[in-house]
Amino acid sequence: MNKSNPYLGRAKRFVGLLRQCQVLGMVVIEADAEGLTIELPYSKHHVGNPSTGVIHGGILTTLMDTASGTMVINALPEFELCPTLDLRVDYVRAAEPNQSIFAFAEAYRVSRNVVFTRCIVHQGDIEEPVANCVAAFMRIGSHMSPPDFKALVVGDDVFDEKNKVTG
Amino acid sequence: MNSFDQILKQCHETREYRQVVDAIPYAKLIGLDYQRFGNDMIFKLPDNPDNIGNPILPAVHGGVVGGFMELSAAIHLVMMLDTPAMPKIVDFSLDYLRPVRGGKDTFAECKVIRQGSRVANVIINAWQTKREDSVATARAHFLLAP
Repeated sequence: MNKSNPYLGRAKRFVGLLRQCQVLGMVVIEADAEGLTIELPYSKHHVGNPSTGVIHGGILTTLMDTASGTMVINALPEFELCPTLDLRVDYVRAAEPNQSIFAFAEAYRVSRNVVFTRCIVHQGDIEEPVANCVAAFMRIGSHMSPPDFKALVVGDDVFDEKNKVTG
Repeated sequence: MNSFDQILKQCHETREYRQVVDAIPYAKLIGLDYQRFGNDMIFKLPDNPDNIGNPILPAVHGGVVGGFMELSAAIHLVMMLDTPAMPKIVDFSLDYLRPVRGGKDTFAECKVIRQGSRVANVIINAWQTKREDSVATARAHFLLAP
């Protein structure tokens, strides 16, 4: 049995399976039952506006979709692969070039059919956000989720509400 | 004037925007391409294993689909409105309607719904096989002036 933080382990394994996230260089740095944070280092390949060196909004969208979707997995008692229904993003200030961006996501409502998330992108101070995102994910049921994929994500961590590892 | 704004200015004169697209690193990263038919423009996200999210389906990462639609809208505005700089995105609302399958190209077209002096409202439709069978639709606001 793996006694390390199961939320972090599950989040890291899930993001590790998503090719685009690896291409961009995303790293899950924190995860618990309440939320998780993914870091994306700056890269000149991510630039959307060559005049300013500011990374493209699509990079932020990918980061926020990933952080929110990973949080959905951590918010459910059993592994379910939940497709994104929709995302709504506000770009409140341009990201500073040459600095990492961080996405903090939480699932604020888990219903029988839908999981609702919010996510903030910042560059070290969450009070000074770069972007804010709310999203909804459709639950398809644990039995509908591919078992091979589930095994790769869940690994040998104990992961259910009764055996929640804290601290 | 920096080199990108110079490219933009030249392209507005020649009405050929290939150089603008080539100068945007994110366009190269996801492989965005476009074809112009008179005043109509169709954007293309070619099949590329690096753009995959879910490896089981496999499906293009939802964020890449969003980024492709958002960048298509920005380039559409540059071409249609002769903006002196890249439009800045203000907000973006994206509905995922069908799985965006790996192994297939994805296409997008944009429509400017309302253009004010400072802000424009654009809708974007994305599809893979049939234009009517949208895989995603989106709505975005862009600031036009720097």
